[in-house]
Amino acid sequence: MAFGAPTLAHYLVLGAILFAISMAGIFLNRRNVIIMLMAIELMLLAVNLNFIAFSRYLGDMAGQVFVFFILTVAAAESAIGLAILVLLFRNTGSIDVEAQGRLRG
Amino acid sequence: MNFQTFTFYAFAAILIFAAVRVITTRNPVHAALWLVLSFFTAAGIWLLLQAEFLAIALVLVYVGAVMVLFLFVVMMLDVNFEVLRQHFKSYLPIAGAVGALVLFEMALVIVDSAIGRTTAAPAPTGSNTRALGDLLYVDYVYPFEIAAVVLLVAIVAAIALTHRDRKERKHQDPGRQAKVRREDRIRLIDLPSEKPPA
Repeated sequence: MAFGAPTLAHYLVLGAILFAISMAGIFLNRRNVIIMLMAIELMLLAVNLNFIAFSRYLGDMAGQVFVFFILTVAAAESAIGLAILVLLFRNTGSIDVEAQGRLRG
Repeated sequence: MNFQTFTFYAFAAILIFAAVRVITTRNPVHAALWLVLSFFTAAGIWLLLQAEFLAIALVLVYVGAVMVLFLFVVMMLDVNFEVLRQHFKSYLPIAGAVGALVLFEMALVIVDSAIGRTTAAPAPTGSNTRALGDLLYVDYVYPFEIAAVVLLVAIVAAIALTHRDRKERKHQDPGRQAKVRREDRIRLIDLPSEKPPA
């Protein structure tokens, strides 16, 4: 069972590992916004993998439609996120999250 | 072990290795390239799950567009990444703990519910793209159009955020053109009339 032909559980475990890696990545790169954004992309990839695995194993195409929308929103998110990043660097000369205490009261 | 099983484990191993390299590598350009590798292998796994259209879309949209955007930004910004990595080691314990916790929770859920469901639905027949299109353009047509609006807003927002107004640029300002009055353009000067030549 454990290393046999891939079943639904195999894909879900792969998605869970990927999600945990990206979660650790966000904590690991607490200062670097670019790597944080990449970790978020990995997280969305893990979620999409789960959606597609369920879609295949439950025989419901709606899961794939949902992945399509997640891809759209994730592309928009990374475009705006990178634009904000460029703006942040232009105004403060750094992308260190810990140094951005300017909005703190 | 047949070919499909072998492909799954090979792709899964590459995917996990690439994901680990994304979050631990020193150079962000390398991180972006490892992320490209993980997207490619994820697309391969999606092909195994017979989601052909989404696999191709992942390669085209992510590897072709989003990752190029990432690389562009990483190379454009002159960031000193060594400074950002100074406390990397000190974050390692908490990051490992959080990752292990998330993995543990998910493992509990998966072991509880998904193990044992080994029978897949019958393999879909016909074109995956056609099946997706049938759903997308009929049942999900309004969400589809909202997705288009989201992309439009993203374009406008990204350009509006990063656009720099250049001082030496010459352009028309329709508001000022409409507001113009006669006095702004014409100056009447009283001149003594000239004597006609004798």
